[in-house]
Amino acid sequence: MTKVTLEVNGKKVSKEVPDHTLLSVFLRDNLNLTGTHVGCDTSQCGACVVHVNGKSIKSCSTLATDVEGSKVTTIEGLAKNGKLHPMQAAFKKTHGLQCGYCTPGMVMSAVDLLQTKKNPSDQEIREWLEGNICRCTGYQNIVAAVKEAATKM
Amino acid sequence: MKSFNYHAPKDVKDATKLASSSSAFLAGGMTTIPSMKLGLASYKDVIDIKNIKKLSGIKVSGKTVTIGATTKHAEVAASKDVKKAIPALAKLAGNIGDAQVRNRGTIGGSISNNDPSACYPSACMALNAVIHTSKRKIDADKFFTGMFETALKSGELVEAVEFEIPEKADYQKHPNPASRYAIIGVFLAKHKKDVNVAVTGAKSCVYIDKDLSKKLSSNFSVSAIEGMEVKSSGMNSDMHASAEYRANLVSLYTKKAVEAC
Repeated sequence: MTKVTLEVNGKKVSKEVPDHTLLSVFLRDNLNLTGTHVGCDTSQCGACVVHVNGKSIKSCSTLATDVEGSKVTTIEGLAKNGKLHPMQAAFKKTHGLQCGYCTPGMVMSAVDLLQTKKNPSDQEIREWLEGNICRCTGYQNIVAAVKEAATKM
Repeated sequence: MKSFNYHAPKDVKDATKLASSSSAFLAGGMTTIPSMKLGLASYKDVIDIKNIKKLSGIKVSGKTVTIGATTKHAEVAASKDVKKAIPALAKLAGNIGDAQVRNRGTIGGSISNNDPSACYPSACMALNAVIHTSKRKIDADKFFTGMFETALKSGELVEAVEFEIPEKADYQKHPNPASRYAIIGVFLAKHKKDVNVAVTGAKSCVYIDKDLSKKLSSNFSVSAIEGMEVKSSGMNSDMHASAEYRANLVSLYTKKAVEAC
C-alpha cells in the first residue's frame, strides 16, 4: 500500500491504495469520478484520457503512484460555475457525440491540442485524435467541434 | 493486474540495487503496464526510474546527440536541438503511437523492450548509436539481439542513447492504422563515409539492409537502387501485411527516404 496525494480538479486528495492501482481506477473507484471512462483497457481507445500537469495521458496505463504530487484534471474539472467548457459546448453544438462513451477522453485530448496549437487544421486535428477511438460519429462532427472550440478558446 | 511493490529510487545505484530476476524498471510504462494488465508479464517489484534526474534530457555536442533514457517522445519531437541536429529523429519521435503515448513513452523504454515494430531501434542502428547503460557502453548493432531481446543483463539499466549526427537522414514509416506501430519503417542515414538503411517491422528484429546500404554508399540516388529486389525470406507475414508486401514496402520506403534527403 502507498499513500497517493494528488490535486484533482483543484482539490487536494490523499488515499492509501495498493501499489498496482491504476490512475483510472483511483479516479473512478476511490474518488467516484466516473466521468473518466475505461474502454479498451489496453491504451488504444483513449476513453480514459485525463490531464496530468496539463498534458493529456491515458489514465488506464498509468499508475496512481507514478503521478504522486501531480495536478490532475478530469472531465469533471472542465466546467466552471455550471458553465460548460468551450470544448464541451462545441461538442454539444456540433453534435460531436452519439453514445457519448468516448466523449470525455475525446474532449480532454482535444483541449490539450488547443493548448499547444491554437488553430489546428482538419488534418492536424485528425492526427492528434489518433489515440481516441469513436464507434458512432464517423469523426466528422468531432473535427467540427474542435474547430468550433478553437474560435472560442 | 497482479499486485507488486512499487519503488521510486532517486539514483541509478539504488535502482539497480533493487533490481532482481523478478523486477522491472518502469519508465513511461506504455508497454510494461499493458503487458502486466494482460497477464503477459508479472513482477514482484516495479522500479520507477522517472525520479532519477540524470536520466532525462537532451545534449548536443559537436558530433553526437545524447538523449537520456527517460526523455519522452514528445520532448524529443519538440526539441529545437534535435530538430536542428537530426531532424529525422525528431520526425520519428513525433510519429510514435499517439499524442498521449508520446507524452508518457520514453526512448529508454522503447529500445529496452525492442519490439520488432518499434521505431527507435531503426534510428539507433542507422545513426551508429552507442547505448550507455549502468554497466557499460554497447554499440547498437550488438544491442538489439532478437525479438524483444537485447544485450541487457538482468538489473542493467539504459541511461542514455548517443546518436551520431549524420550528413543527411530520413525516416519513412508505414504505420499500422490502429496501433501506429511500423508495419515497416526505414531509417536512412547518410554519414560521411557510408550510408545505413535500417529496417524495422519487417523481420523479428531490426536490421541493416546491407545490399541497399552498399549501393547507396557508392551512389546516393534513387536510380542506384531502382530495380533492386528486396528478398521477402525471413520477413513477417500477418493479417496486416504479407512478407512479399513488406519486402516491396522496404524498397519503396527506402526510395522515399532517399528522395526526402
